[in-house]
Formats: sequence, C-alpha cells, structure tokens
Amino acid sequence: MKKGKADPCNYLFRRARVIDPARDLDAVADVLVVDGILTDIKPNIDLPSDRLAHFAVIDASEKWIVPGLIDMHVHLREPGEEYKETIATGTMAAVAGGYTAVACMPNTKPVNDCAAVTEYILERAREQGHCRVLPVGAVSSGLEGRSLAEFGELKGSGAVAVTDDGRPVANSMLMRRALEYAKNFDLPVISHAEDPALSEGGLMNEGPTSTLLGLHGIPKAAEEVMVARDLALAELTGARLHIAHVSTAGAVRMIGEAKSRGVPVTAETAPHYFTLTDDRLMTFDTLYKVNPPIRGPADVEAIKRGLADGTIDAVATDHAPHSSIEKDTEFEYAANGIIGLESALPLILELVREKTLTPSQAVAKVSCNPARILGLPLGTLLLNQRACMTYLDPEFYFVLDCTTFRSKSRNCPFHGQPTRGRALMTFFNGKVAFSRLSK
Amino acid sequence: MPFKRKDLLGLRELDVHEIEHILELAVSLKEINARPIKKVPTLRGKTVIHLFYEPSTRTRTSFDIAAKRLSADTYSITTAASSMVKGETLLDTVKNLEAMKPDVFVLRHTVSGTPHRIARHTTASVINAGDGMHEHPSQALLDMMTMLEHKKKLDGLTVAILGDIAHSRVARSNIWGLRKMGAKVILCGPITLIPPEAHTMGVEVSHKLGEIIPEADVIMVLRLQKERQQQMLLPSLREYSIYYGLTAEKLKKARRNVLIMHPGPLNRGVEISPDVADGPHSVILDQVTNGVAVRMALLYLLGQK
Ligand SMILES: [Zn+2]
Repeated sequence: MKKGKADPCNYLFRRARVIDPARDLDAVADVLVVDGILTDIKPNIDLPSDRLAHFAVIDASEKWIVPGLIDMHVHLREPGEEYKETIATGTMAAVAGGYTAVACMPNTKPVNDCAAVTEYILERAREQGHCRVLPVGAVSSGLEGRSLAEFGELKGSGAVAVTDDGRPVANSMLMRRALEYAKNFDLPVISHAEDPALSEGGLMNEGPTSTLLGLHGIPKAAEEVMVARDLALAELTGARLHIAHVSTAGAVRMIGEAKSRGVPVTAETAPHYFTLTDDRLMTFDTLYKVNPPIRGPADVEAIKRGLADGTIDAVATDHAPHSSIEKDTEFEYAANGIIGLESALPLILELVREKTLTPSQAVAKVSCNPARILGLPLGTLLLNQRACMTYLDPEFYFVLDCTTFRSKSRNCPFHGQPTRGRALMTFFNGKVAFSRLSK
Repeated sequence: MPFKRKDLLGLRELDVHEIEHILELAVSLKEINARPIKKVPTLRGKTVIHLFYEPSTRTRTSFDIAAKRLSADTYSITTAASSMVKGETLLDTVKNLEAMKPDVFVLRHTVSGTPHRIARHTTASVINAGDGMHEHPSQALLDMMTMLEHKKKLDGLTVAILGDIAHSRVARSNIWGLRKMGAKVILCGPITLIPPEAHTMGVEVSHKLGEIIPEADVIMVLRLQKERQQQMLLPSLREYSIYYGLTAEKLKKARRNVLIMHPGPLNRGVEISPDVADGPHSVILDQVTNGVAVRMALLYLLGQK
C-alpha cells in the first residue's frame, strides 16, 4: 500500500462489499475518499495514474465498507469517574471497535441532568474525543426519581434522549410525565426496565444456577413487569419509548406484541445477552456480573429471534467500564458491568456467520436503526460529505485480548476468546480516526 | 485413594470416593477425642488461620479444637464482612496473611463464592467453613457421619430437609453429599423458602410436612432466621411453627427409628419443639461431637502438604 505524502486522506478501496442498509445497498464496489470527502461509490473507479499516485489504494476484496457504527448505549464515566474511563479513552475504544458515534448515559458524577453537564461533555468530546459523542440527559434531577429534569434545556444543549439508566424510573406517574413531557421536545425516553422491589438484593439471573451457587437471584419478571408498565404508558401517551438492554424472552414477546399494535416502541440488546448464558457464573467470576443479568439459553434464543424479526432494533454495548477496585472483590460487592466497545463487532458478526442475521440486518442494528431511534441523520454513507465509515474484515481471526484494549478498564468477559471479524480502519469526520493497516 | 485437592470448597465438586475417604478418616480420628490426652502430633509445626468474616462461635470453636488436637498452631481473625475493612480489600488481607506462610485457611464469609476467590490467590489450603447461601461442607460431612453411625449406610436412606432451604448453605452441601452417597432427599417448607427450580438439584420438593414425615428416615430441621418475616417471606413465626415446626404430635406419624437432626443454634418452639430437640430421636449433640472428628479429618488431609 502506498500513501501520498501531500494528501493525508486520499483513499481508493477496490472491490469492497459496501453495505448501507439505510439505502438498501449491499454490493461490491470501489470507494473513493478524496481529501477526507467520501466522493464516490461505484464499480471500477478509474483514476489517471498521475492522480492515483496520491492515493492509498487498498485491495478491499472480501472486506466490507459500512457506515460508521453507532453505539446508542455506553458509559463514558466522565465527568466524575475518570479512573474508569474518560471521553478520550472511551471514544478511542469506540473507533478501535469500528464506532464513530456513541450515546453516553447520564449517570456520571455529577449527573447529566442540566445544560452545563451536557455542554461540558460536548466540549470535552470536541477537544479530546475521537468520534461523535451523543449525550443522553437524565429523566429525573440527580437520577433521584422525584422530579423531571429540564428536557428542553437538555435538548437545546445537545442531548439526544433522556433516561435514568443505571436505575429504573420506579414511580409510574413520573414515568408517565416523562413520556408526555419528552414528547413535547421530540426526545425518546430510554427505559432501564427493572422493578427494584423484585430485583432487590439480586446478584444474577434467578434460576437453577443461582440456586446452586447460593446467590440471590433476579427473576426475569423484574424486567418484564417494567417493560409491561412502560409499554402501557407509551400506549397511553403516544410518546416514543426505547427499551434498553433487553435480556428476557418475555420482554421480547411483549415488545413484539406492542409493536404490532402500533405502540411507538423500539428496543436494543447487548452482545452479552445473545452470547452468554448464566451458567458462566459457575466459577463466581465477577466479570459476568451485569445488570440486567445474563439469562438462560431460552432467553438467548428469543433475543436472537427478536433481532432477526426486527422486534429488537439495535445492538448497543452498554459499555460499562469498572476498575479492578470495583470488580476484583467478593461477588456481592462487585459492581455490575461489562465493557463492550472493542469486542462487540466480532460478536455481532457471529450472528451473521450462524445465519441469524443477514449482513445488511447486522449492519442496520449498529448504524441506521440507532440513528433513527435517536432522530439523527447518521448511520448511512453520505456522498460528498466528510467520510464517516468503517472498513472491516468480517473474517479476520484473532483472540480477544483486553490487555490491548484502548479502554481504561479491563472488565471484559470475552478476554482470551478466539473470534472473527474486526474493524481495520475507522473514518470519522473525514479523517482516519483509527487504523490497523500498516503504513 | 489419596486426597489430591488443595482446597475443600464444597461437596458439589467431590466424588463419592473422596467423601467416603473423609468419613472413614473421621471415624478413625473420633477415637482420639475419647482419650484422656486428646492430642496427636500429626500437624505439629503447621499453621492454621481461622478467618471468620461472619460470627460463628460454634463452627470456629469446633475447627479450633480439631486443629489443636492435631497439634497445629491456630490463629483466629474475626471481622465484619465488608469489601473494605480499614480501606483494605479482602485480597490485600489474604496477601498479607499469605506472606506469613500459613498452611491452612479456615474461612467463613457472608458472600457466596468468597472461598473460591481466596483459594485462587493463595498457595495455602482453603477450607470453606460456610460461604453465604452456597455451601457448608464440613457441616454436611458431620451430618452424614452422624447418619452413618445410626443407620449404618446412606445409600437408600430418605432424608427430609425441613425449613428455610433457600437461604441455607447447610441444605445445599447436604443435598450434594447425600445425593452422591445414594440417599433420597426431600425438601420441605413453604414455597417462599424453597429456592427456585430446586428440583434441578435432583431432589423432591414438598410443601406439606404431614405428608413427608412418614417417609423420612432422617428429618433435618433448619434454623429459621427471624428476619425472613421482614423480607416478606413469612406472615409470622407463629404461623410458621404451626405448619412447619416439628412437634412431638406431628412426629407420631414418623418411622420408629427416625433421626432428628439440627445444625444449631436452635430456635426452640419455632422450627423445633423442646421435647423433640431433647427427645429420644434427637442426635443433635452427636452432630456436635462428630463435627470435631470431621474437621480433624479435613485438616489432616489438607494440612499435611
Ligand atoms: Zn441500564
């Protein structure tokens, strides 16, 4: 590969499989990036040889070019817990994983429940970020579940949705008002569906494994009761509801039924919910401790079916960095959470290899669908715009090694697992934000 | 068959031969406890640390007597369970104690799985003296030893475990141990105190004490924690004792040679009536005696390396 010295961002990808589900495109084509601008996508792009000398020409056969991936559910930990992650390290992890936009949850310290915090996040992202950061505001002030945060001001300063993620909105009246008031500002409300009385004291999925290990269980009903409530409230209010990190078969069934009735609901799941089952906890390994908990085999199958039939619109990572202080401790005291930005893509591509999803469906779950849910003009390959796209090898074999991750944290239960498929180059805003190709 | 394990964390992972080996050894060591001079030099120069993150005078004393009868030096550390005691994490504590070169840790902790975590971070042997709601292997072994003394075999016995199974590490260890040794286990208690999908552990479940009493060769009564009422698991201790308390009246339907067991401490009048606890079928004090012998066997097997 050659690279023109004077032209830092001139690329010609030859014979890539270009997948852009927003435009129903899945075809082999050449992709031309001139000065960072995505200039052309078509078969056989011919450049005169004197111009070609200024381009890095890449043989992209058997590789994919897709819109820059969007992760609609991450925890960047800044402000407040920078020892776990920062906007700089979190977005570096994102581009290394193929993502060019991440929506960050408001459970920072301080909580993102006002314009000042949203603006702080966006300013840090501009200064130090490697990709787009989409702040999500709080539903309630301080995540305390008592009074509504100022949605208008949050939206005005750049928030793309509201949620109390990390905890549910336990008060049904507050949730009703949140949905109504968010509708006012055309903001989706993201539900962390958990009945806190039913999950109280719970450490893992309730079932045979929790019984055997003597760990307090969290029943599936703790999630399903709240999904049912929030679906009823979405139907009542007509407001846009998004269910985060769906983990149970019952939740998938109820969301599917509500969608078919026309309730304005969307849903996401995370790779660990379609990859892992709760028997992984048999060694009491706190890396598998996550909320909602990893469920059983029937739930994994239902999540996959929900992804395939469109009941579940998006795959997010719920990237939740924790340091060893929070994780390397007695099971009960260990924090919930798994990092995901640098391990998600191969796990999603596994759904393609096992034929659960078509390549186009898989790409949609992490591009145009999250963009549509958040109401943003992202997640598609736009010509004559600064390139925002991911070049990936769906068959690249490697062993997931969290010691090489860009994230500050290491709480990855997939460490050491042989896997296939990873981002080779991530273009953000017309620049190469990340590359695994040798210069 | 030699005992090759570094640690004793639970009965689920032991095989039949290992359990038989421990029980046979315990029977032979029990004789030492009847001598005028109750001490043998087997573990002389070895160091046993009792690390108790949950108060338990009974189990700690039993392990301590067992260790001293084998001539080990013992130290007790009793502290509240918390990930941070004076800012020190559990692993810090273990690494510090490890630096003092102990041979065996006897560990009690309120959180399930903590002995497994510690065992991975120390070259010393770890004996689980009870972890959360998970396992209490030495208790189950002493229970099995007591049953063997009175019934001569475990294979074919029907053992009913009565009460708060959901929160009981004693029940779990007994289930694994007894099932492996060929006994039939019936769990009995209100649905709120039976763990979800208990049948996956290879046991029968009943909610009617009257129906299981005539079937049982052994009835193991578990202690009812009074806070279960606050946790909405029970309406009242009164109602519990009416339906699930073991009384002489209910025992009239029992087999002639039924054994009544209890891991202690007892709530007399709640889960067991005083006349049953002190009655002719009760082997509760035999359990305590056998506890020392079983713990000697465990320390002997793990402390010699
Ligand atoms: Zn959440």
